Amino acid sequence: MNSETTTGHGDISTGMAAPAGSGDSNASATRITPGNALRPEDIALEVRTGLVKPSADVAEYALRLGDDALILAQRLGHWISRAPELEEDVALGNIALDQLGHARSFLTYAGGALGENGEAKSEDDLAYFRREHEFRSAHLFEQPNGDFAATIARQFVVSYYQFELYRRLTQSTDATLAAIAAKAVKEVDYHRDHSTQWVLRLAGGTEESRRRMIHGLKMMWPYVGELFEDDALLTRLGETGAAVVPSSIRDDFDRLTGEVLTEAGLEVPDVPVAPGGGRQGKHSEYLGYILAEMQVLAREHPGASW
Amino acid sequence: MAVQNLQSVTAELSPEELEAAARRDAEGQANFDRVIADDSRIEPKDWMPAAYRKTLLRQISQHAHSEIIGMQPEANWISRAPSLKRKAILMAKVQDEAGHGLYLYSAAETLGQSRDKMMDDLIAGKARYSSIFNYPARTWADMGAIGWLVDGAAICNQVPLCRASYGPYGRAMVRVCKEESFHQRQGFEILLELANGTPEQKQMAQDAVDRWYAPALMMFGPPDDDSPNSRQSMAWNIKRFSNDELRHRFVGMMAEQVKVLGLTLPDDQVRFNEETKKWEHGPLDWNEFKEVLAGRGPCNAQRLERRRQAHDDGAWVREAAAAYAAKQQAKQSMTTKEDAA
Repeated sequence: MNSETTTGHGDISTGMAAPAGSGDSNASATRITPGNALRPEDIALEVRTGLVKPSADVAEYALRLGDDALILAQRLGHWISRAPELEEDVALGNIALDQLGHARSFLTYAGGALGENGEAKSEDDLAYFRREHEFRSAHLFEQPNGDFAATIARQFVVSYYQFELYRRLTQSTDATLAAIAAKAVKEVDYHRDHSTQWVLRLAGGTEESRRRMIHGLKMMWPYVGELFEDDALLTRLGETGAAVVPSSIRDDFDRLTGEVLTEAGLEVPDVPVAPGGGRQGKHSEYLGYILAEMQVLAREHPGASW
Repeated sequence: MAVQNLQSVTAELSPEELEAAARRDAEGQANFDRVIADDSRIEPKDWMPAAYRKTLLRQISQHAHSEIIGMQPEANWISRAPSLKRKAILMAKVQDEAGHGLYLYSAAETLGQSRDKMMDDLIAGKARYSSIFNYPARTWADMGAIGWLVDGAAICNQVPLCRASYGPYGRAMVRVCKEESFHQRQGFEILLELANGTPEQKQMAQDAVDRWYAPALMMFGPPDDDSPNSRQSMAWNIKRFSNDELRHRFVGMMAEQVKVLGLTLPDDQVRFNEETKKWEHGPLDWNEFKEVLAGRGPCNAQRLERRRQAHDDGAWVREAAAAYAAKQQAKQSMTTKEDAA
């Protein structure tokens, strides 16, 4: 795995060349690049025609990444029509859309190994017809939106984590994971910039915004630890070069988020670490409600197409 | 903003100044009349009659408010969209509407009113928005019907507005219309999928079309003989076709498209009149229209409260952003001074 150090939020380029066949390396996250951008439908086609098939381990890994992004998209989508400014309706909506796009790609790929009788499961089978304990999201992604500062705190942690993760995953020995990451990392770079700017603004704005920003970070920080925990699956996949071993990106995460917090005059919250468990299907109390809402209509009409 | 309104400033002007102002107004009016006669464009810095400015400001801000309030019925289904692809499309669509609101508020600002003021008027209940958004989005099929019928009606209304005499409005509409046509197609596609789905899905689609048809037709405004402002707007090249002309054209399009869907319109009087060469439809309940307009619709209170809540909840964020920007600016001007010294 690539371990070169990254620069902070001031550098908007990823400094990574996309691996061959992973789509247009010059594609912009904000510009449509028809014909080049990797779409979940392309992955679905490759999975269906047997062009690609993830191993059981890779599928489980893709499920984790996909569930993180899906649950976060579901959370962020709630802000659309409720944000503090119209510009933020657009911005948070964009981040939600990006996350949903990543989720669709990862889940579609995971589904290639999760069906029965050689049939793939679709992204929708996985999103709408799995039960709570079958989800693999980490607790951080499930945390409630809270106020705008809490949402920004969650996004700040997520985008620095995902950026370091995807940046390295572009070098994965698994070509599909690498291709998904190559598209995602460009988008997450913008998320990093967005949340950084808001951390600085809220910390340096008014007394109230500073108090809320500190509180938001305090609410989210117990769930940071889970993101960087290794387990047997990750160790196995790390050895083959397919996955990024989470503990390996902790230092960069701490350094880069630390720089922003220092600039904002904030401290890393001194809070106890929660044990997590999402990767084994042990979730926060929130996930059940998220799924109940997300799945209700699809489950009323099993087998229907939309 | 120097609004050309002589009455308000006459007290402070000397006779010479007064005469010069009157001459400027006469020249301005002559230029304005020429631009309108040439079917050309008025730009923000051009002289324009106070009534023209007022009419446009009202129309554009109402249009912007409609986009913003119109996000709510669809946002209601983002979390429950029945497939991830539909969820993505719906999110993008509602996000587009926020974008339309932004262009339109910007266009309105060129007429001399701040977005903050327009937003305050909206949440104070002083400004109007399209009544259609005071109806509830009860089922998923409403996402289809809103796209097909409501956005369809909006497009019929808005395509001629791309040629509106006020430049910033016309240009904003070009962009809005491009996105709206995507919106309508996605609505049609949702209904098509439902109409070809299970019996429950088809029923859901028909029910949504039944509920949105008449309110969508009423989006074009009252019948021509009851629309006092239309004539002036047409003389100013803001509006190009009358309410009824647009409504008839729309009914004709829907009458054809509904056949492709395999659904029906809840109106057995839709027909093409060979003599007048116009589409006709059955009577509309204008009393209901007036009731909803007067605030007595199913969701009026809910829509306004939701906007007010978002605005109030976000107040501390906007204050923080402003305070931070001011501090940054102060810091920067200090640095510039130090550099100069």
